[in-house]
Amino acid sequence: MTRQNKPVDVVLVGLGWTSSIMGMEMTEAGLEVLALERGKDQNTVPDFAYPQMADELTYGVRYKLMSAPADSTVTVRHSSQDVAVPYRQLGSFLPGNGVGGAGTHWNGHTWRPMPEELRLRSYVEEKFGADIIPEDMTIQDFGVSYEELEPHFDFFEKILGVSGTAGNIKGEIQPGGNIFEGPRQAPFPLPPLQRTLNDTVFENAAKIKGFHPFPLPAANASEAYKNPYGMQLGPCNYCGFCERYGCINNSKASPQTCVLGALKQRKNFSYRTGCEVIKINKDSSGKKATGVTYIDPNGDEVFQPANLVIVGSYAYHNVRLLLLSEIGKPYDPVSNTGVVGRNYAYQMVGGATLFFKDKNFNPFIGAGGNATVIDDFGTNQIDFKKEGFIGGSYIFAAMTNGQPIRNMPLPSGTPSWGADWKKAVKANYGHTMTIGTHGSNMSYRDCYLSLDPTYKDKHGLPMLSMTFNWKENDIRMTQFMKKQIEGIVEVMKPDHVDYSFKDFGSEYDVRPYQTTHNVGGAVMGTDPATSVLNRYLQSWDVHNVFVMGSSAFPQNIQYNPTGLVGALTYWSAKAIREKYLPNPGPLVQV
Amino acid sequence: MMNIKKTLNNSRRKFLKEATIAISVVAMAPNLVIPTLAQPLDIDLGEYKPSYFSANEWAFILAATDRLIPADATGPGALDTNVPVFIDKQMQGRFGNALDWYMQPPFLSAKPEMGYQSSLTPAQTYRQGIKATEDYCHQTYQKSFAELSDSEKDMVLSQLQLGEIQFSDLSSMQFFSFLLQNTKEGYFADPIHSGNKNLASWKMIGFPGARASFKEWVAYPNVEYPLGPVSIEGERG
Ligand SMILES: Cc1cc2nc3c(=O)[nH]c(=O)nc-3n(C[C@H](O)[C@H](O)[C@H](O)COP(=O)(O)OP(=O)(O)OC[C@H]3O[C@@H](n4cnc5c(N)ncnc54)[C@H](O)[C@@H]3O)c2cc1C
Ligand code: SF4
Repeated sequence: MTRQNKPVDVVLVGLGWTSSIMGMEMTEAGLEVLALERGKDQNTVPDFAYPQMADELTYGVRYKLMSAPADSTVTVRHSSQDVAVPYRQLGSFLPGNGVGGAGTHWNGHTWRPMPEELRLRSYVEEKFGADIIPEDMTIQDFGVSYEELEPHFDFFEKILGVSGTAGNIKGEIQPGGNIFEGPRQAPFPLPPLQRTLNDTVFENAAKIKGFHPFPLPAANASEAYKNPYGMQLGPCNYCGFCERYGCINNSKASPQTCVLGALKQRKNFSYRTGCEVIKINKDSSGKKATGVTYIDPNGDEVFQPANLVIVGSYAYHNVRLLLLSEIGKPYDPVSNTGVVGRNYAYQMVGGATLFFKDKNFNPFIGAGGNATVIDDFGTNQIDFKKEGFIGGSYIFAAMTNGQPIRNMPLPSGTPSWGADWKKAVKANYGHTMTIGTHGSNMSYRDCYLSLDPTYKDKHGLPMLSMTFNWKENDIRMTQFMKKQIEGIVEVMKPDHVDYSFKDFGSEYDVRPYQTTHNVGGAVMGTDPATSVLNRYLQSWDVHNVFVMGSSAFPQNIQYNPTGLVGALTYWSAKAIREKYLPNPGPLVQV
Repeated sequence: MMNIKKTLNNSRRKFLKEATIAISVVAMAPNLVIPTLAQPLDIDLGEYKPSYFSANEWAFILAATDRLIPADATGPGALDTNVPVFIDKQMQGRFGNALDWYMQPPFLSAKPEMGYQSSLTPAQTYRQGIKATEDYCHQTYQKSFAELSDSEKDMVLSQLQLGEIQFSDLSSMQFFSFLLQNTKEGYFADPIHSGNKNLASWKMIGFPGARASFKEWVAYPNVEYPLGPVSIEGERG
C-alpha cells in the first residue's frame, strides 16, 4: 500500500548540481523544499577523507562512487533493427549516485558554450545555407540566447570558484584567454591553476603554429576562496586523485563544497536519501502534477504530494522518469512524431599520446582541470561548407589522474604482458603526455531514447534504452581534428606518437570510458512538436514540472556540459520565481 | 612471529597497530570497502592459504601470473608482489561476484562493442577457465599448466588471449582478459588490497602512491619527484 507524506511546495528529484541550485533558489523564494535522492548521503568528511580516498583500485577502477549497474542501468543498441542489450558493466559513461551526484567525482572542466552553439541551426542556415544540413540530422536552436544566459554563467562560475583567464570581457579581447569565447561581464573569480610541463610544451608548439592557447577554466580552486553562498574552498594541492574521486581538500567545486553546506542551514529545506522516485503523479486532467511516488529505503512505496516537481536526476534518468510517468508524447523515429527521447546525443572525443624519453612529466601531480587548450577549431571558427561537416572541438593537453593501473600508456607495438611489457612500463611511465579533442555531437532522427521492451530494473520497471551510433558528419569532424593535432605534434617532436581517433565505420563502443556527457531526450526549444520543454525548461504538457540538466540540449555542444547545465538551472529558477510563482501556468503560449 | 621481514620493524609494527584502530573507525562509515586486517599485509606467498582457489587452481594462478609479470632485472614480478593473493581476495568480494554489475537475464550474444554479456561472474569465469585450460594442457602436453616450460606457458597464454583455444562454455579471451587485468591491478594497486607488496611496483616506476599532496612540487617541471611512495596505511618505500 502506498503511504502518503505531508505535502511540500517543491519536490526535487535527485540531489546533484541542478537540484542543489534549485534548492537554494526555491528556499530563497520562501517555499518549503524537499529533495529525494536515491543514493546515500556523502560529505568530504568522512566519505572523501585522506588517506582512504587515495585508492585507485576502489574508486578509479571499481567505481565506488558511481551508480552500480546492478542498481540502475540502460540497454544499448546501434540501430532500431538491433536488439538492445544491457550496459552491464560501467565503461563508456559513469553516472553519479548519492548526495552531490556526479558533481562529487567530476573533473571540474567548466565551460560556457559558444553563442553560436545555442542557436546552431539558425547559425548554420544563415552562414552556410540550410542545404548543408543532412536530412536525418535533427539539430535545433536551444531557444535561449547566450546573452540571456550570461549573468547566470557568471554567477555559477562564482559559485564554483572557477580558476581561469578570461578571453573576452565585455567585447574586449584579453590576451592569454580564449579569444573565441562569447563576451563575459567579469573575469573568472580565481586566477588559473599553475602550469605543468605538458601544457607548457603544448602551449609553445601551439603558439608556433599561430594558435591561441589558454588555461582551461577549472573548478579546482587555485587559491583559497569564499563563494557568494559563504562556502569556503581551500587551494587545490594537485593531489592527482580528482576525477572519479571525492576531493580530500574542499578544493574541487561540488554540490557539497559549494552549495549544500549553505542549503542545509535553511529551515525550509530538507532531504531524504535512499529514496528512488519512480513516477511523477498527475491529476485527472493530466495537465498538472500532484507530486511524486518513490520507493523508500525499506522498499515501501510512498506518495509525496507537491505543488511543483523539479526533476534533476541526470540527463537520461530524467527522460526515463518522463516516459514512466507518461508526461509528453514518446518519440517515434518511424513516424518522426513525439518528443520524449528525441535527439539523444553524446560526445566525440579523440587523442594523441606522445612519448618523450627526455621529459619527466610527473603525471601523478595534477588537478582535474589542469590543462591548456586551443579553441582555434571551435564551432564558430570552421567553414562547415568547405570542410563538409557541422561541429567543432577544443584541443587540449591535460595532466590529471596519473595513477598507474589506468594511466599506463605504452608505445604501440609493446606487448601487453611479460618481460618486455614491464620494461616498457619502467621506461615510459612519467614520460608521456596526451593531446585530446573534445568535440560536439550532432543529433539524428535515429538516435534516441525509449523504454526497453525486455529488461527491467530492480523494481520491475522497464529500463531505458539508448539507440545510438556514430555518423559520418561527426567522424569527418574528428578526422579533421586529428589533422590539426598532427600539425602540432610535428612541432613537438616526440620520440613516438600514437593516435586514437574514430574512423569511418567505427561503431559506438560501450567499453572504453569516453565522457559522461550524455545529452538530449527531453530537449528545450520553441516548438512543442520538436521539444519536451519550453525555453524555461518547463514541460509543455504539465506546467508544474520543470526538468533540469543536459537532457535539455538538442545536440551536444563541443564543451563539457556542466557550465551550461548550471546556467540553465539558474535561468529556469529565475523564471519560476519571477513569472511562474505569481501566476502558475504555461510560461510560453503557442 | 612468522615472516618477520626487515620492513616489519618495531615502528612499522606500532604503526600497523595504530592503523588497525584508525581503520576500524573508518570502516563504520557505510559502504566503504576497507578490507579487514585479519591477515597482516606482510603475507608470505609461500605460506598463504588461498580461500577461493583450490590447490590445483592456485598452482595455475601462481604459474600464470609469474609469466604475465615475471621477475627480472627490470623489477619485481607478480609473485614478489603477492599478485596471486590479491586475485584470491578479489574473487570473494564485489568484483569476483559481479555484485555491482547488472546480471539479470536474458543473456544475449552481441557485438563486442556492446560490452560484457556473459552470465558468469569473474569468480565463475576463473573457475571454469582454469579447468578448461588445464584440460587443454593435459590433452596437448600431458602435463598441467604449471609443469610446462616457460615458452610452452607463454604459448598457451597467448592462445588464450587471441581466442585460439576455444572453450565450450566460456570465452577464453574473456578469461584471459580478467586474468591479465587483475594481475596488473594487483601489481599496481595500494597494498591495502594485498598486492603490490613492499610498494615494489611503485618504486620501480616512481609513483609516489597515496601522497596526494603536491602543492609545492607542481612548480618543478621536468624534475624527477624525489620522495619514495607511501601507502594508505603509511608504509613507506
Ligand atoms: C567521471 C565524470 C567526470 C566528469 N567531468 C566533467 C567535467 O570535467 N566537466 C563537466 O562540465 N562535466 C563533467 N561531468 C559531468 C557532470 O558531472 C554532470 O554534468 C553534472 O553532474 C550533472 O548534474 P545533474 O544535477 O544534472 O545530475 P547528477 O549530478 O547526476 O545528479 C543527479 C542525482 O539524481 C539522483 N537520481 C537519479 N535518479 C533518481 C531517482 N529516480 N530518484 C531519486 N534520485 C535520483 C542520482 O543519484 C544523482 O545523485 C563528469 C561526469 C563524470 C561522471
Ligand atoms: S586535484 Fe585538487 S581539486 Fe582535485 S581532488 Fe585533488 S585537491 Fe581536490
